[in-house]
Amino acid sequence: MKIRIGRLFIITGISSLSLALLFGVLAAIQFIFPEFIPEIAFYKARPLHVSLAVSWIFSIGIGAVYNYLEEQKIIRFRIAGLIHWLCYVLTGLLIIISYLTGTFGGREYWEFPPVLSIPILVSWLLFGIVFFSSVFKIKNWPVYLWMWATGIVIFFVTFLEANSWIFDYFSNSVVRELTIQWKSYGSLVGSWNMLVYGAGLYIMEKISGDESYAKSGIAFILYFVGLTNLFFNWAHHIYLVPASPWIGNIAYIISMTELFIIGRIIWKWKGTLSAAQKFHHKHPYIFLIASDIWVFLNLALAILISVPAINLYTHGTHITVAHAMGSTIGINSMILIAFILHHFSWTKSFWILIPFWIINLSLLFFWIALIGSGILKGIAVIDGVSSFQEIMISIEPVLKFFMYSGAILALGFLILLFHLLFEFLQDFPENIFGKTE
Amino acid sequence: MNLFTKRVVFFTLVAAYVIYTSFVYTQGTFTENPITASASHGRQIFRENNCIACHQLYGLGGYMGPDLTNVISNKGQNYVRTFLEKGTAKMPDFNLKENEIRSLIDYLSYVDSTSNYPVRNFDITWYGSVNNNQIKK
Repeated sequence: MKIRIGRLFIITGISSLSLALLFGVLAAIQFIFPEFIPEIAFYKARPLHVSLAVSWIFSIGIGAVYNYLEEQKIIRFRIAGLIHWLCYVLTGLLIIISYLTGTFGGREYWEFPPVLSIPILVSWLLFGIVFFSSVFKIKNWPVYLWMWATGIVIFFVTFLEANSWIFDYFSNSVVRELTIQWKSYGSLVGSWNMLVYGAGLYIMEKISGDESYAKSGIAFILYFVGLTNLFFNWAHHIYLVPASPWIGNIAYIISMTELFIIGRIIWKWKGTLSAAQKFHHKHPYIFLIASDIWVFLNLALAILISVPAINLYTHGTHITVAHAMGSTIGINSMILIAFILHHFSWTKSFWILIPFWIINLSLLFFWIALIGSGILKGIAVIDGVSSFQEIMISIEPVLKFFMYSGAILALGFLILLFHLLFEFLQDFPENIFGKTE
Repeated sequence: MNLFTKRVVFFTLVAAYVIYTSFVYTQGTFTENPITASASHGRQIFRENNCIACHQLYGLGGYMGPDLTNVISNKGQNYVRTFLEKGTAKMPDFNLKENEIRSLIDYLSYVDSTSNYPVRNFDITWYGSVNNNQIKK
């Protein structure tokens, strides 16, 4: 009997998302009604929501990698993988406790006391040891192995960079601190995208039975476009921070390489549709198709807000949130759910199709509401006539729409997640402790 | 694409990233006014109370409360002090001590001294970039 490490991470991810949704709804309500549940005020609810959502993405992304290693029967240093999971879960629990008790000390998105970064780095090091020692002997890596390898290394490097503020050199100037903070965050998001997109490509290969794409030239061209953007396309976050203009100019030029990806999606649209008709009965596939549509929408938005003249109006507004939510929910979560459904081969259609439509339709309204409030706020801020309070009052109806659609979105996810947990428990404990070899 | 080509492209990108990063660290973010000890303490208070969950600096942060980049020059220290001492319907009273309030005001004064946000005096070029015409502090 061997514990399936991939599945431990999957169940951790499903639990993280369930909690992330609850805290997300709480934070959305508090945005309109700030005195709602003051014990977990907005300044606690927001980091709880964000960290648990990030944990969902990382858990399933990591789970997908372990699942591959276990499925291919090439995993080495299994004990290091188990320690990785234990370290990951215990650190996560400590972070939740620190937020609930109001013990902060870090910066946005990593608000926990910086000492908790140490076990995160240790656990990631163990992940790297297991992965690289397991795949070392494989010849002619498919692109998803390149992506996973990149994601693992880049997370380690950029997480270190994200903690560079503990040194005076990086924090003695607010301009340098903000610039390097967002440089690291941009690449760090790229690192989890590498894990998630790699998982997406892997299951696409499994569904279609076509192993040639993951080794094709176009797959690697897209990977290198992604890597270029991961390294250099982050500065749209800091166009308005008074750093040297060349930093923003490089990001602006690099961001336009994403037009190549947009163009390819349009070019391949007909092929995607015919493949959708071929595989529409497969539940993972419909989530992959949904992610494709969200890639298109969010990429278009990302390219627009990378144009400095547009960014001037959108920066510091809910359009940034729309971009983040569209990417993490519309793209990442759709791929991750597709991976879970594929992995467990669950087929009860009603409890998957209903939440699928609830999630995607409510996400569309949620996304549009955020963009709408962002446009209104951006114009009002640049005009400079209204005070902050007047601007917030004027966009409140749109924010209420955002709150209601967010609640429905969370409901859709919770229906799906409870169904997944129910299915999971049907086969417990064999699905965790079953033999892998 | 053969393995050699993949490796060449990969390591070229990595090398470019390393060089680029060293430039960002050393050349791209120079400012003339370093933070004072009191402002540095204020920054620590700012972090320990997770002010960034609701507020922004240069438009970066949460959107529950206003951007604080130029709050000192726009509203004045007394205005900020009142908020910090009493809280509001939207902002909890964090029970800050006098020296913590003083340090927070020093930190916000330091941030205020670095530049202006939002940018309201600008020119847009034909290719979409922005020339910031505001006089930097």
